[in-house]
Amino acid sequence: MSIYSPAQDWFKAPSGGERAWIGLALLWCVVLTLAMPYWHFKGKQNSTGESYAVEPMKFMERVDRFVQTNKVGEEMGTAVVEPSPGGDAYLQAQMWRWSPILKLRKGQTYRLHISSLDLQHGFSLQPVNMNFQVLPGYDHVLTVTPTEAGEYHIICNEYCGIGHHTMTGKIIVDE
Amino acid sequence: MTTGTIDIGLAPGDASRGAAAPQKPAGNHPAGALRTCDTTGLPVCLVAQQFIKLHAVVAVVFLLVGGIAAILLALTRWPAVHLLPAEWYYRILTLHGLNMLIFWILFFEVAILYFASTSLLNSRLASKGVAWAGFALMLVGALMVDVTILQGKADVLMTSYVPLRGDPLFYLGIILVAVGTLTGVFNFFATLWIAKRDRTYEGSMPLVTFGALAAGIIATVTLLHGAIVAIPTFLWSLDLMHQPDAAWYRLVWWGLGHQSQQVNVTAMVSVWYFLATITTGAKPLNQAVCRGAFVLYILFINLASAHHLLVDPGVNAGWKIWNTSYAMYLAVLASMIHGFTVPASVEVAMRKKGFTKGLFGWLAAAPWKNPGFSAFFLSLAIFGFIGGITGVTLGTEQINIIAHNTLRIPGHFHATVVGGTTLAFMGLTYYVVPLIFQREYRARAVARLQPYIFAAGIVLMSMGMSFAGSYGVPRRHWDIEFTGAQFSHGFDPGAHVMLGLLGLGGTLAFVGLLTFILLTVTAVFFGPSNKGRAMTAW
Ligand code: HEM
Ligand SMILES: [Cu+2]
Ligand SMILES: [Cu+2]
Repeated sequence: MSIYSPAQDWFKAPSGGERAWIGLALLWCVVLTLAMPYWHFKGKQNSTGESYAVEPMKFMERVDRFVQTNKVGEEMGTAVVEPSPGGDAYLQAQMWRWSPILKLRKGQTYRLHISSLDLQHGFSLQPVNMNFQVLPGYDHVLTVTPTEAGEYHIICNEYCGIGHHTMTGKIIVDE
Repeated sequence: MTTGTIDIGLAPGDASRGAAAPQKPAGNHPAGALRTCDTTGLPVCLVAQQFIKLHAVVAVVFLLVGGIAAILLALTRWPAVHLLPAEWYYRILTLHGLNMLIFWILFFEVAILYFASTSLLNSRLASKGVAWAGFALMLVGALMVDVTILQGKADVLMTSYVPLRGDPLFYLGIILVAVGTLTGVFNFFATLWIAKRDRTYEGSMPLVTFGALAAGIIATVTLLHGAIVAIPTFLWSLDLMHQPDAAWYRLVWWGLGHQSQQVNVTAMVSVWYFLATITTGAKPLNQAVCRGAFVLYILFINLASAHHLLVDPGVNAGWKIWNTSYAMYLAVLASMIHGFTVPASVEVAMRKKGFTKGLFGWLAAAPWKNPGFSAFFLSLAIFGFIGGITGVTLGTEQINIIAHNTLRIPGHFHATVVGGTTLAFMGLTYYVVPLIFQREYRARAVARLQPYIFAAGIVLMSMGMSFAGSYGVPRRHWDIEFTGAQFSHGFDPGAHVMLGLLGLGGTLAFVGLLTFILLTVTAVFFGPSNKGRAMTAW
């Protein structure tokens, strides 16, 4: 009886169906526990959390340098930048824009550095729907290899003030 | 099912009666501070009763505030309606999260703790003064938070991730609520202690009280995290301290945010055991198993808060994998155990009454017209099948990449904390009012329907959210048309259908919620008194 003190000899090992269920549930938990590292090594998409401390101003300088060296055009006042394949690419989040526009090549691997100059933001790549947290003070490095050409949008999915829902950016992947 | 009395499964001379009436141990009540429940025979400490009433009433008031916010949000996320302007959407979202998840739930939980430590142990409440202090701190803090939000001085959402910055009074209010709750929890611990000291019960404490104790322990650890994160943030908002680090803030904040969910789960499971007993006479099959599962919650839940940081910088993959797999699955194990033992105990009780037809004859014959039972069983089903499964899925490293901060997240937690905890608490209320307030519900036919309406609404809304989120639709986002944005993005038309489902389900859930509040308020203030006799059976 769950609302009265139990009889004195309540401490008993489980039996019957209950025992079988606990065994099954435990087994299932073990499977899940092993699946997590397994997917990490076998899966193709992982969130390694690779990151470095960086002052927002320092990060901005690095982005500026990156843009100056690799700029290939401009769209609606935002620089279009083509990083060298295999190299570093930078993406800067600030209230309420993502910059620059990145132009990547299909099948090439990049080290994409993302950080924020002000508040926390949410990097959300659409329509593939991949999402990462962006924090001021942290250079979040994602190793990315685009597998399909096309135009992708970045939206912000961490609340960052009244303009949050207008914060969008763009990544172009060429063949 | 039963007529005249409610069914707590007590046959005369039942060996498991333990401390049941007539009480063998004398209790420790001062003269005149005790009554015996005319329905259950349980002792009721009148001081505790007063505070159970106070906390429950205030809880329902905050549920109403959060509910009004809820319908505004649902009608804003429904693109065809898009009700609120942007500024008010974020403001009301802040209000909803805090009033529902924190104020409604915490006030109700303190009431549960006071009940479980007094009536079930035949003890008096440890201290009236401390109870007043805790209650006052909580209430003042909650009012400060709500006023600050409605003045537009804290549009920072419930998580208030730094460097977003709200008014100092907002943080101070939260600190007061946390300290007030801790005060209540300590009063609960103190009551357990004096009950033990005065030998008001024999042997071990009842299972429901044990569950409440587990909830109290987790709550203490949780609220300490809250203090660690809120105090520096408060000082920073006053310019007395440097800004807390964003990643540190998230780590510690989720030590509060996630664990408080485990307080809710633990309290909810205790309520399941309570309602199973009181509506069908169920007895736990094996007390050691049930208690062991509660202990698993206490030991392993803190680490699971790591799943909120699965796509964060600042913590590495090894840390993410270790904390989310090893520890989380032991807490999952605990839920899977309760998910078995609770319905199994109901099955055994029903079969004993002769409902033995087929595999599920016992379930068909269950008291589905009793809102205490239907709310409890729907809560069990929604929490287990929708909340639990989505939760384990979202907590996986890779899947989190496609789910983080999308509507899949609120889709998950509305199945746990609303379809699960809130619905279970509603079911409990259908007994709290007749037994503690000693008032009967009116419009009983409506009350019998209410849990179904609310459950259906929440399930539909949760599905709408989850599927919209699978298309990438973000949570906490006012405009998925991106009007005025530099680059416009359009979601799959399917996402719009799902957001429509969110709107419809949300509206239905709101109707269920409002019905619950109207019925309960009417019963508390105008319901026929049942003093001196057993409550009318549901
Ligand atoms: C009638 C019932 C309810 C409805 C219709 C409802 C609806 C909603 C909606 C539409 C959102 C906004 C999602 C977004 O745009 O990101 C939301 C957020 C939320 N709801 Fe509810 N809700 C209800 C009840 C509850 C209850 C009872 C709780 C807690 C016990 C709760 C906890 C939350 C939380 C924590 C959030 C997230 C706030 C944030 O993102 O900061 N809701 N709800
Ligand atoms: Cu942003
Ligand atoms: Cu944002």
